[in-house]
Amino acid sequence: MTGHTYLLAIFLMAAVTYLPRVLPVLLLSNKKLPRPFSRWLSYIPVAVLAALLAPALIAPEGQPDFSLTDNPGLWVALPVFVIARMTRSLFATVLSGMAAVAIWRLIT
Amino acid sequence: MADCRKIGFNGKNGEAVKRGVSLAMPIVVGYLPIGFAFGVLAAAAGLSVSAAAAMSIFVYAGSAQLIAVGIIESGAGPQVLAVTVFLVNLRHLLMSSYLAPYLGVLRRWQQAIFCFQLTDESFAVHSTVFRENGTAGPPASLFALNGAAHLSWITGSLAGAWAGSRLLVDTRLFGLDYALPAMFIALLVMQADNRRRIMIALLAAGLSITLYLSGAIWWHIIIATVVAAAVGALTENEEETEGADKL
Repeated sequence: MTGHTYLLAIFLMAAVTYLPRVLPVLLLSNKKLPRPFSRWLSYIPVAVLAALLAPALIAPEGQPDFSLTDNPGLWVALPVFVIARMTRSLFATVLSGMAAVAIWRLIT
Repeated sequence: MADCRKIGFNGKNGEAVKRGVSLAMPIVVGYLPIGFAFGVLAAAAGLSVSAAAAMSIFVYAGSAQLIAVGIIESGAGPQVLAVTVFLVNLRHLLMSSYLAPYLGVLRRWQQAIFCFQLTDESFAVHSTVFRENGTAGPPASLFALNGAAHLSWITGSLAGAWAGSRLLVDTRLFGLDYALPAMFIALLVMQADNRRRIMIALLAAGLSITLYLSGAIWWHIIIATVVAAAVGALTENEEETEGADKL
């Protein structure tokens, strides 16, 4: 790509990224939403977090990988879920998860 | 009823900023190495440091940027890039819709800036905090969080683009590549705080992985979320209070 095409490309990418991020807030933030819609919205965070996590843990390289050596992240997730439940602390959970993975890699 | 008072800046800004930055730390830890990886890949694909930096500043979408680099390398034009990036980031439409009612207390220009810095990770944190507090909180805290995250993304990208292939950083060092998944796990646990929401999460996870493995990449997140959230809404009975079925 030439220099000018890069500029155009970045501008287009920025625009198509920004529109879905901003339009709902601009259009919906001051409106009273219909109850069924806001009920549905209330489940978005829990659903999207799970939807993002599942492939990342089960198939980080594209195919399901249940091997402890190649995909420690999946197995480390189990104690991390427990720690998250017990501590309810973002820091404790993230640090313990990273430490577990780092230590596992050191010893294998 | 929504309280229409605008939350303006006040003397508690310092506390708010500290809180925002503190909440951003897991994101910062995750973004630096991934941003670096993006920078290295961008340089390898022939992008200049400024082109890579511009993407991280103006697009600010990790997965989309990584895919974009691949597309640029393949020689496809700006139209293909734009359509692909749009599809990859479309899920932010759902996230923005969820946050919208909470952001009504911000001024328009604040909303515009906030949304510019909406990513999966910032959404994960904001949505959880908003839900727990029942409010978005002081703008200073929001911008401190978003700003710290965005800055770390840009910094990582710059470092990677500059270092290029001169420096190979293994993002698996210290388990850095696990910072974001661990953060998502922590936030998911906070969100899935009763039996039904756990079921919804499992449903979303199942749908997502099934669709993903069937090849519906990027659509898998949107479809799984839309369907699972619909099931959640439809099966909700008169439990106005979320105290029902709490573990």
